[in-house]
Amino acid sequence: MSHRSFVWLCLLPLAVVTAAFFLLPMARLVVTGAEGPQGLAGYLAILTEQRYRATLVNTVLLAVATTIVTLIVATIAGMFLQRHRFPGRAVLIAMLTFPLAFPGVVVGFMIILLAGRQGLIGDFSNRLFGEKLVFAYSIYGLFLGYLYFSIPRVILTIMAAVQKLDVGLEEAARSLGAGPWAVQRDVVLPALAPAFVASGAIAFATAMGAFGTAFTLATNIDVLPMLIYTEFTLAANFSISAALSVGLGIITWLILALARSFSGSAVAAAG
Amino acid sequence: MSAQAGHGASVHIEACGKTFADGTLALEPATLDIARGETLVLLGPSGCGKTTMLRIIAGLEVPDAGGRVLFDGKDMTAVPIERRNVGMVFQSYALFPNMTVSDNIGYGLKIRGIPAKERAARVAELVALTNISGLENRRIDQLSGGQRQRVALARAVAIRPGILLLDEPLTALDAALRDRLRGELNRLLRALGITAIYVTHDQSEAMELGDRVVVMQKGAIAQIGTPREIYFTPRSRFVAEFIGAANIVEATIEGGHLMLPGGRQPIHCDVDMPAAVAMIRPETIRVTSAGSASLSGTIDSVSFIGDRQRLVISGASNRLLSVDAPNTVQAKAGERIGLSISPDAVRLLPPEN
Repeated sequence: MSHRSFVWLCLLPLAVVTAAFFLLPMARLVVTGAEGPQGLAGYLAILTEQRYRATLVNTVLLAVATTIVTLIVATIAGMFLQRHRFPGRAVLIAMLTFPLAFPGVVVGFMIILLAGRQGLIGDFSNRLFGEKLVFAYSIYGLFLGYLYFSIPRVILTIMAAVQKLDVGLEEAARSLGAGPWAVQRDVVLPALAPAFVASGAIAFATAMGAFGTAFTLATNIDVLPMLIYTEFTLAANFSISAALSVGLGIITWLILALARSFSGSAVAAAG
Repeated sequence: MSAQAGHGASVHIEACGKTFADGTLALEPATLDIARGETLVLLGPSGCGKTTMLRIIAGLEVPDAGGRVLFDGKDMTAVPIERRNVGMVFQSYALFPNMTVSDNIGYGLKIRGIPAKERAARVAELVALTNISGLENRRIDQLSGGQRQRVALARAVAIRPGILLLDEPLTALDAALRDRLRGELNRLLRALGITAIYVTHDQSEAMELGDRVVVMQKGAIAQIGTPREIYFTPRSRFVAEFIGAANIVEATIEGGHLMLPGGRQPIHCDVDMPAAVAMIRPETIRVTSAGSASLSGTIDSVSFIGDRQRLVISGASNRLLSVDAPNTVQAKAGERIGLSISPDAVRLLPPEN
């Protein structure tokens, strides 16, 4: 056997697995999306039909909001944690990464414990104002849940980026007269930009597709993964759920690809 | 911007020491005056405290309690670096990677709110002064080491600082470029008439650039003086050995002579001493014929360097003696030769404790 054919033979299992579990279902998904009563126009329905479009917009807005707030919180916290040494720092960092260990269902459950009908916040507000504050089952609860599991990932990426910052750059800017805000604006934030893009893209993709949390909380939230689920299991509307799946995939993939083109290979590293 | 822009400020450092958080003493309390327009070099091996001293002057480190830093008589100890009006050139250059060359040079002016037009004029002036025309719109990663060094210098000088602080600015460059830039830097500092404080571990850099040199050792000032003073009259064995090549000779002194294994060497010292330490520079030793010489030895090895040759002599002193001889002298290993040294060239050093 020649060296070349040996290499091809070694690649065969990978090719089989890829074809069987990745390419074929994907192709089937794309075809199914066009097999509804409207044919290829089924894809257009994602955008033209009011209910689908609203859900799509909702989901994207929620993912964008999650990404932005996560980046702000995680940048400030990550910068502080990387730059300061204090007792309990290691424990705090370990606790911050704790949410990574929980599946979405548990995160949803915790949001209910916090802001649900029997939740802590409701109890508290009831005693203070005589009114129960309940938002676990709304988009705000979902937002909180997404923040909860996005922040740890982003914090870790930001901390690694802050560690690599050249302190000399900040000192140089200060020597030229830049105050603390100007140093952040002109030196630190631009240097962290690749990390923002990389970790932000991951946060966005996660928020777009997260299902467990949405499923646990979803009484009156319409996000794309939930919609796909209901169309598929309850309405048995195979073609629309396939079309929605393809749409969700494309949007998320586009964002990741855009991020990758901005920041080189950093996105892959952040994942 | 100060009215006396470009003329430089005087610096007075009073009892500035630095103990780091982990308890290590980086700098013993030191007092130092730097005149307006002077170039002062802080010279020493790594870990001697020279960079700490520079960072205290810059305002990047706070001196231990009791230390004060004064610019033109004004106490700056509590003033942060951004309001000290100092220009700083870092060993890593620390150029902003997200800005072009022009934007780097103009950054300090932009922060000061100088209008774009005036800023552009000043940037153009510095681009010409530092010989980087044509690179204005380049990104930093498109520059060579030498070009980066020039941009860093232009950026630091653009704000017309009272004091220019240079932290090993040439160390990252290769030898030939370092020599050329050293000359350019020297001319630039003289032309600007700026007060400059220059940190280096390279004694030849210190000699060429410094009006005065501060030799530092283990967190303390070992000697302050002009390059000539430091070279010819070192006050300690450390300074003698750190600056240039030096032969350290340990011997007794009797009747105005160093009593050596290879003979007697006259020295300016009237007192007899049982254990003296003296320094003799290799280039002050002349090679003569062995017969008539009062001090003689055997050539151990000859290294031809080009402009001169270095002979290593055994048997003359208690250890090997280096001699820089003209490249025309015929010398072979194993030969006996005489050594003629003027008593002026023999420098008595304080005994080591």
